Amino acid sequence: MHNAPEFKIPIGPQHPALKEPEGFSVALKGEKILGVDIRLGYNHRGIEKAAEERTYIQDIYLLERVCGICSHSHSTCFIQAVEEIAGLAVPSRALYIRTIIGELERIHSHLLWLGVAGHEIGFDTLLMYSWRDREVVMDILASITGNRVNYGMNTIGGVRRDINPEEKQEILNGLKILEERTKYYIEIATQETTIIKRLSGVGVLSREDVLRLDAVGPTARASGVKRDIRADDPYAAYGELSFDVITDDHCDVYGRTVVRVKELMESYKIIRQALEKLPDGPLVVKAPRKIPIGEAISRYEAPRGEDVHYVRSNGTEKPDRVKVRAPTLANVQAVKHMLKDRFLADMPIVIAAIDPCFSCTDRMVHLKEQDCGSDKVINWPSLHTYSIEWHKERGIDFTQLNKKLQERFTR
Amino acid sequence: MSQEEKIKESLVNKFNYLSDSIKIVRPRRISIEVSLENFEQVFAYLAKELQFGHLCTITGLDEPEKLGFIYHLAADSGILINLRTYAPKNNPVIKTVTSYFPGAEIYERELVDLFGATVTGLPVGNRYPLTDDWPTEEHPLRKDWKPKPAKEGEVDKNA
Repeated sequence: MHNAPEFKIPIGPQHPALKEPEGFSVALKGEKILGVDIRLGYNHRGIEKAAEERTYIQDIYLLERVCGICSHSHSTCFIQAVEEIAGLAVPSRALYIRTIIGELERIHSHLLWLGVAGHEIGFDTLLMYSWRDREVVMDILASITGNRVNYGMNTIGGVRRDINPEEKQEILNGLKILEERTKYYIEIATQETTIIKRLSGVGVLSREDVLRLDAVGPTARASGVKRDIRADDPYAAYGELSFDVITDDHCDVYGRTVVRVKELMESYKIIRQALEKLPDGPLVVKAPRKIPIGEAISRYEAPRGEDVHYVRSNGTEKPDRVKVRAPTLANVQAVKHMLKDRFLADMPIVIAAIDPCFSCTDRMVHLKEQDCGSDKVINWPSLHTYSIEWHKERGIDFTQLNKKLQERFTR
Repeated sequence: MSQEEKIKESLVNKFNYLSDSIKIVRPRRISIEVSLENFEQVFAYLAKELQFGHLCTITGLDEPEKLGFIYHLAADSGILINLRTYAPKNNPVIKTVTSYFPGAEIYERELVDLFGATVTGLPVGNRYPLTDDWPTEEHPLRKDWKPKPAKEGEVDKNA
């Protein structure tokens, strides 16, 4: 090995193994990584500048699109800052609903991550399982908010949609299935030898390095650093709910897996409490169109870690400055450190382990029939049925399996 | 006395000149303004002595007669300090804080690209977030910078 030649390979910005554009220049000696140079910015869309050109209400929708997964995180983080400047007392029912959506978002993000992690280590059964189960929470989100991602729930001074008793029951039913499945994933993560062996000692980041490099979220908590904005700097309804901040001392990808699956259980706990305590009252207070001069900084624990928004207003209907720092940016330095002296084959899972952002797709299909030109809209349930029938016709039938699964949960 | 007031008191005791520029905005939020020449000693005291061990990010501001920089420093207690300093626009030079927070590198590169600040002591590396062929004298987050209007149906041959 010591005679192996040294060379550099470029991975990205466009590369089949990457889901988003980013450039890695990897210096190798044989299979060992000597150092990694990361080039970011390929996804820079000038959102901060664009935010200065739009009204506060338009900015909610703009900033919700910073990320396809943590959309609610970004819009909540932004309006919290605006509400602080305007001195608005947001009704507590709205704060509870924001919390519920935030935790549902965390569940869908963590289950998505679990599947990606499984895929990156060649354990695609885990991907199939966790993404199937993720559909349960996606359906809940779709029925409450109308969308699988980019929920549009927030507005300055409150939320735009209520959660009615039927929806509350729907969430509780879904949580029952999700909790059952999560227990199974915790079992897998803590007992399945292939997972433990593949992930242990990979992407090591010591506690000291977390503190030195300012890593955030599950990446920090998996190295024993108890940092969680929900507990440290409570926002929305978190100050009134009880939950544990999950940490782990493995300091590697294995630890990050354990933290995320255990955090799912905390999310269920938080949602149940929030639904139980959901106060009566209005959903929104009237917000002025022009926000008085001021500034505020807001922090939010997104699924990937601390999200930070700084807003400065100048008394008009448009902000003077909006600054966004998403969690992935805070974890980039840590990734460089994790990859050094490791093997090239570990790179995909190490990068995936900080859970860099992905994008989601739309779910509404609008068809124009060619012959008569009339519009035909397929809604989500009928699209779902259509896809099941389509597969059945081709010999793929999960009816029996689904029945078994349903029986297990209703037992 | 609240924790925020204790922090304020210990800062004023250490640096007399801060007595008028520290404000407790709300619980867990403190704002401090400091001149560029005193910046580093206050920053070091916060990071090392008062355990503000997490740099959330650095916000750049176009004032527009000067450039503003806000360092958002957090402690495990949940208290967040916004430490603000200014540099003249014709010579916007600030020192890097990467010796305290290596993770600050990417935030400082943002200030260089988007605001045209000069950060001394920043290690050699890729620019962020603009492209390599972006003109070095154009800084999109400056207030006087406006995107060039695209001509309809025409491809920019110089791009």
